[in-house]
Amino acid sequence: MNVHEPEHRYHTLVVTVENKSGVLARVASLFARRAFNIESLAVAPTDDEDMSRITVVVDLESAPLDQIVKQLDKLVNVVEIRELAPGHSVERELMLVTVTAEPDRRDEIVEHLDRAGGKVLSLGTDRMMLSLVGPPRRVDDFEDLLREYGIIELQRTGRVALPSLDDALD
Amino acid sequence: MATEEMDGGRALIRALEQEGVDVMFGLPGGAILPVYDPIIDSSIRHVLVRHEQGAGHMAEGYAHATGRPGVAMVTSGPAATNIVTPLCDAYLDSVPMVVVTGQVPYAAIGTDAFQECDTTGITQSITKHNFLVTEAQDIPRTIKEAFHIATTGRPGPVLVDIPKDIVDPVNPRSAMTWTDDVEMDLPGYHPQTAVDLDLIAAAADLMRAAERPVLYVGGGILKARAADALRALAELTGIGVVTTLMARGAFPDSHELCLGMPGMHGNYTAVTAMQESDLLITLGARFDDRVTGKLDGFAPEAKIIHVDIDPAELGKVRRPDVAIQGDVRVAIEALVDELSGNGTGDADRSAWRSRISGWQERYPLAYEPWVPGDPLKPQFVIERLRDATPDDTIVASGVGQHQMWASQYWTFDHPYTWINSGGLGTMGFSIPAAIGAKVAFPDREVWAIDGDGCFQMTAQELVTATVENIPIKVALLNNSYLGMVRQWQEMFYDERYSEVFLSPDVPDFKMWAESMGCVGIRVDDPDEVDVAIAKANEIDDRPVVIDFRVAASEKVFPMVPSGATNSELMVPGFQEGQPR
Repeated sequence: MNVHEPEHRYHTLVVTVENKSGVLARVASLFARRAFNIESLAVAPTDDEDMSRITVVVDLESAPLDQIVKQLDKLVNVVEIRELAPGHSVERELMLVTVTAEPDRRDEIVEHLDRAGGKVLSLGTDRMMLSLVGPPRRVDDFEDLLREYGIIELQRTGRVALPSLDDALD
Repeated sequence: MATEEMDGGRALIRALEQEGVDVMFGLPGGAILPVYDPIIDSSIRHVLVRHEQGAGHMAEGYAHATGRPGVAMVTSGPAATNIVTPLCDAYLDSVPMVVVTGQVPYAAIGTDAFQECDTTGITQSITKHNFLVTEAQDIPRTIKEAFHIATTGRPGPVLVDIPKDIVDPVNPRSAMTWTDDVEMDLPGYHPQTAVDLDLIAAAADLMRAAERPVLYVGGGILKARAADALRALAELTGIGVVTTLMARGAFPDSHELCLGMPGMHGNYTAVTAMQESDLLITLGARFDDRVTGKLDGFAPEAKIIHVDIDPAELGKVRRPDVAIQGDVRVAIEALVDELSGNGTGDADRSAWRSRISGWQERYPLAYEPWVPGDPLKPQFVIERLRDATPDDTIVASGVGQHQMWASQYWTFDHPYTWINSGGLGTMGFSIPAAIGAKVAFPDREVWAIDGDGCFQMTAQELVTATVENIPIKVALLNNSYLGMVRQWQEMFYDERYSEVFLSPDVPDFKMWAESMGCVGIRVDDPDEVDVAIAKANEIDDRPVVIDFRVAASEKVFPMVPSGATNSELMVPGFQEGQPR
């Protein structure tokens, strides 16, 4: 457990938990019970089949980081918590979005999409489905950009993160 | 390696026996039925309660008195929800307890089956951990893990939910192989008891330099069996000790360094010494809001040493100057070593000591004396009871005015003689908790000090006490009111009494006690008090209830009003106007 001094409002915790039923509920219940706010949360299996990884972005305005980490660590099914300070981690998020795209505006949208590094997944008569993987900030910006075209449906995964290579070598 | 084919129900009982369980409190029902059959052949005593809440509080009382985990077993659905209150109570007061609940068959979970509820979901945030066991083969390991978690680190309640099919011998899913050596599998559970000696040295430095230090000790001292170590530390350093509501008895009240109980209804010296202190040596306590009063104004000049087994307590409420994670007994012993080896310093504390003795002289715990024509004073009853019972009497209290008076006016000179519901404040706690303590120590006197509001919540367990031959005694301080609420309405709601008056005549507590097989005694006048207590003390073959009819207008003082700082402590009228 490595707790950095918080300098930003949102911090990312990578929580390794036992892969047992109900563990996500325990984590969520703890956040609710202690009035900690979650900004985003993603859960997936890891390379170890007995473990899952929860990537949770916490809002430090609701509670000090130290308190969130210590309370999480008390959960019996929580095996390890790594705190990824901004600037010391690689964070990615996937967005799927269906946007209004009349034929005369499609080129424009695709141009924005190319610049952001996204992909066209499918085309309809008056709409397009796009995907974008990127740092959360870039995904935010692209989402804002699409708003003026008319977002029909949008789904984001919440972020996942790993320590950046320099830090991991420490 | 010895192995044996058996069913999950027998394995559950055998696993409990192997944990050293000698008594459990419970009530059978549909889903847990198969586990009740092997109980007939078990060495474990089962105490049959009348309501599942009683089973939980009895297990807590047993655990408070012995330090060993209390065990309760009940069925699914309504029984599980009935034991939710004791679980939460044990969680907030860090009481080691294992509760086994029945559950509908595994395949029926999620179908809203008869007496089904999501027990592990409901109890997730009020247990240290809980388990839903899905395979009979996992039962012994889970029981072992449950006891390990309940009793190590910061103790707490653990619930084990057991679907019926894995314990029912007629169901093939209950078949399992018993082996004597099961291993726990808890990769995320590593409580740390050792302490960092550099931090001990830093704490010792603060202690040497402090001119107005106070030892602020909480229930963790009792959980860690650290009362002797604490006494050694206090006597080595000459530093005064305040014992919180959860720590009464952790340091002898009769000791010259004992300053008494701090907090909302603490005595003047304890509250003020903390408030004026320049160093609070906080041992196994958690800066509860009932102790700190308004946090912004709490002990404004004090540096903080904070020792706790639970790292999340360090800095949760008040930022410590030295934070020491670990077992509080290990920490205190290390502090004693360090301070004996390198000296206790030469800070001049004479002025501080004389301020303390000044407060003790001017503001002792006191109440308006009784004058003829007055109704009986509840504080007087407690003083007489205290003086008429052995030193090692165990006192279990409910919640409210009577709890505060008991804590204030009893003299606790031994650890584990005071059992109460501090964190959750559970009315009705005392009778079942006293029963649990008496089961553990049948040869000791166990008194429940109760109020009439509390009594009416759990009195039915006196039937359990009679039938199971657990002769506790109950001092009922009956003022016909929800007294603490009445006190707040008198003081802070312009004497507008809303829904606090119970009834002076209904129920008739003496008759009620007698109907439950107890001896019932009613006392109205001060001169009857000693006679009634003496009579109760002579009875050893059944429970006794003394209905003391006490003054409804009596209030608990001192008092820190809600939202005020501890400097605004209110003293009883006749002490007002003295220099503070």
